Amino acid sequence: MSYIQGETGDWEIVIGLEVHAQVISNAKLFSGAATAFGAEPNSQVSFVDAAFPGMLPVINERCIEQAVRTGLGLKAQINLHSVFDRKNYFYADLPQGYQISQYLQPIVGKGEIVLDLPDGSSRTVGVTRLHLEQDAGKSLHDQHPAKTYIDLNRSGVALMEIVSEPDMRTAEEAGAYVRKLRSILRYLGTCDGNMEEGSMRCDVNVSVRKPGAPFGTRCEIKNVNSIRFVMQAIEYEARRQIEIIEDGGKIDQETRLWDTTKFVTRSMRSKEEAHDYRYFPDPDLLPLELDAEWVEEIKRTLPELPDDKKARFIGEYRLSPYDADVLVSEKARADFFEAVAKGRDPKLAANWVTGELFGYLNKAGKEIEESPVSAENLGGLIDLIADNTISGRIAKEVFEAMFETGEKPADIVEKKGLRQVTDTGAIEASIDAVLAANADKVAEFRSGKDKLFGFFVGQVMKATQGKANPALVNEILMTKLKG
Amino acid sequence: MTGLTHLTMAAALDGLAKKEFTAVELTEAHVKAVETIRPLNAFITETPEQALTMAKASDARRAKGEAGPMEGLPIAVKDLFCTKGVPTTAASHILDGFKPEYESTVTSNLWRDGAVMLGKVNLDEFAMGSANITSHHGNVISPWSPGEVGNWSRQLVPGGSSGGSAAAVAARAALGATGTDTGGSIRQPAAFTGIVGIKPTYGRCSRWGVVAFASSLDQAGPMTRTVEDAAIMLRSMCGFDPKDSTSVDMAVPDFRTALTGDIRGLKVGIPKEYRVEGMPAEIAAIWDQGIAWLKEAGAEPVEISLPHTKYALATYYIVAPAEASSNLARYDGLRYGLRVEGASLKDMYENTRGAGFGKEVRRRILIGTYVLSAGYYDAYYNKARQVRTRIKWDFDEAFKQCDVILTPTAPSTAFAIGEKMDDPIQMYLNDVFTVPASLAGLPGMSVPAGVGSDGLPLGLQLLGRPFDEETVLRVGQVIEKAAAVTATPPFMA
Repeated sequence: MSYIQGETGDWEIVIGLEVHAQVISNAKLFSGAATAFGAEPNSQVSFVDAAFPGMLPVINERCIEQAVRTGLGLKAQINLHSVFDRKNYFYADLPQGYQISQYLQPIVGKGEIVLDLPDGSSRTVGVTRLHLEQDAGKSLHDQHPAKTYIDLNRSGVALMEIVSEPDMRTAEEAGAYVRKLRSILRYLGTCDGNMEEGSMRCDVNVSVRKPGAPFGTRCEIKNVNSIRFVMQAIEYEARRQIEIIEDGGKIDQETRLWDTTKFVTRSMRSKEEAHDYRYFPDPDLLPLELDAEWVEEIKRTLPELPDDKKARFIGEYRLSPYDADVLVSEKARADFFEAVAKGRDPKLAANWVTGELFGYLNKAGKEIEESPVSAENLGGLIDLIADNTISGRIAKEVFEAMFETGEKPADIVEKKGLRQVTDTGAIEASIDAVLAANADKVAEFRSGKDKLFGFFVGQVMKATQGKANPALVNEILMTKLKG
Repeated sequence: MTGLTHLTMAAALDGLAKKEFTAVELTEAHVKAVETIRPLNAFITETPEQALTMAKASDARRAKGEAGPMEGLPIAVKDLFCTKGVPTTAASHILDGFKPEYESTVTSNLWRDGAVMLGKVNLDEFAMGSANITSHHGNVISPWSPGEVGNWSRQLVPGGSSGGSAAAVAARAALGATGTDTGGSIRQPAAFTGIVGIKPTYGRCSRWGVVAFASSLDQAGPMTRTVEDAAIMLRSMCGFDPKDSTSVDMAVPDFRTALTGDIRGLKVGIPKEYRVEGMPAEIAAIWDQGIAWLKEAGAEPVEISLPHTKYALATYYIVAPAEASSNLARYDGLRYGLRVEGASLKDMYENTRGAGFGKEVRRRILIGTYVLSAGYYDAYYNKARQVRTRIKWDFDEAFKQCDVILTPTAPSTAFAIGEKMDDPIQMYLNDVFTVPASLAGLPGMSVPAGVGSDGLPLGLQLLGRPFDEETVLRVGQVIEKAAAVTATPPFMA
């Protein structure tokens, strides 16, 4: 446990997260309108989404399937009977005047997420529930000095609200939770997890307490849209609450906002101003009844999820838990690694993928999917090392060229003449030249200054532009020096 | 050819088939009739040009041998059904200027089967009312009102909320009209104006494109002058619609073939709880008369009990406003209809909804919001849902002992405008016999059964098992024939 040090001693943060994840589907939750991000405002709006008179919602089966898939991925209870309710409130970007959501009977019940913490340990966080609901439209306040414009493209898009138990105790855990959840959703193909585009958003519930004491009063920080902000908001909010309590005050339950420019949380509305949503079952929709066999079918099509993959990578490839974590965090990374590792030394493959490749990608701000170096080519590079065509050192140079040009390693080696010299005659000639030019150092070495061996190797490599096979250089050099 | 407007649908179909007249002639006669009955304020929007265009197309189809089941029949459409390119108002100020870009499923079905649209008829605002006095477009006057046209000695209400539909059909300005029934809005006006009105089982008619009042109760149905016509029109209106999740995927029978007149051995349930205290003698008398007619035709009356009947009205007036308060939230001035600007979004909402909704609609929104509020939800809305289930069970039990249920449709004949208007509870009592079947989702029909001491129509109501409209129609026709009501409204086109 890591506690926050206050004036009156240690404090523990209690964190629960509500994540809104936009469902990947071509059509909206209750209408046939398209869902693509970034379209012209109000170009993806049906009469249902705009709540025209007499329009009725019809459940999109694809969205239900995605929610069930997600539930199964979270090892959660799938509720074969669930109910859609109306959550009533007025806002300009909510055309119906209510959001169709699920309240008392959600489609998915209790599940869990295993967090992989930086120290290599793991921790299980409970998932309370997952329910489906409609997204609202967007208010555009910056189009006109006095007016607000409404874009309804997002209105009616399916969201999964995934609610955690208040099981997290540090900002890092909360960050790990969001990362892990996002990873699972991406593996499942149920949400793209793109927080910048708003397809994944977090409401963060934070309270503080003395270790072992009952839960304190919580504040909810709405709509936090990056993992970094989630962590910063928790840190700030916890300290704010501790200060208030230590100064003799008490926490008011309220909804707050994270100010991304001032790095503070601000009050949005108090408990007294909270909406009375007047939830009731939507009479336009019958309760949702799922067929157990259909759920089983979905279960059979689930991909291998990060936890299982990690275990397999450790077992099958003998990777360290850390490397395995890094590789499985995204399915595309894991797939890339496996393609490289196939028929090769997995440890070497992992080193090249997590070291060189991720380093270059990071610097270039690229995702694995955009990597100029294909798995096939990286594998080819490793093969060139294995068959002594190039040395590991030269391989780094080749990799750099591969990253720049996307060319095959063998072509680069040929073009740049980087093929390793294994011709003992040529190596011997180079060594002889080096020894001749450094007769004084040879004498020093022979009188016992062993450390100079490295110097000679360096000189030989320099003379051969690094292409000499290091093992041969070592061997011949040693023989000649000792001779 | 004014005689054309007095035909039944069945007779008109016959005449069209025999080429005694064309759909254009039939429609022209009705277009004129619509003009004639303008003093009744039954229509909000007349569509004579569209009617004639549709009639011409209908004649062309018939000539090609492609006549549909309602080919060439001019009808009126309750202005709660969205009609493409034709203003749809729900009789509310808040839908000013709203012209849908889509056609409701029910009206699409009617046009598919050859019907011709005469126009959009008046109703209570958002179908909330029992007298057609809450319309923003003014009240509808019953063609049964005594005295000189336009200078009536007593302005009677046509009932509601489908008052314009009832008045237009009773006054011979349309062969039939669509209605919608949430708690009795087809059956009670049918009874008040001496016509037939059937609300089918919930789920028979698609609600897609019908302006919603209370989604779990709303159901469309036909209003016609005979049971046979109701059977014809109902068949065209019904049918599964994937766009309405509560629509039921069941074959639609040819209801006309159910009209055999043979009800021998049928058990007719007479619910004892419907003999409400203070029931006027003539209502009790017509009910007894109905029982006698059915007995004569070979049916067997059985007393049944629907013990939760006394809670039905209260339950209805919680459930319906609760749903309405949410359904009407979309009328916010933002996307269509009336907008009254304000300094802030909240001001705009308040200005728009304050100006756009009439008093009765505002009352029901307030009631609905209240019964769904935290702290009151369990006592009202949840309790009402539980009682609703009990009411449904009552019917399930009753239908183990009988095949159809007979009751009066309304507790009185039509009243005059101005009466019962200060006290909403008095007004709500009009629905006492009709709401239980609405809550249970059962088919219900009102059939003309006679006239009261004031010379005004009285109706009897038949309730059936879910999706057994056929028995309801068959028994209804037996009553219709036995009653053989000859009285007609003093004012007809």
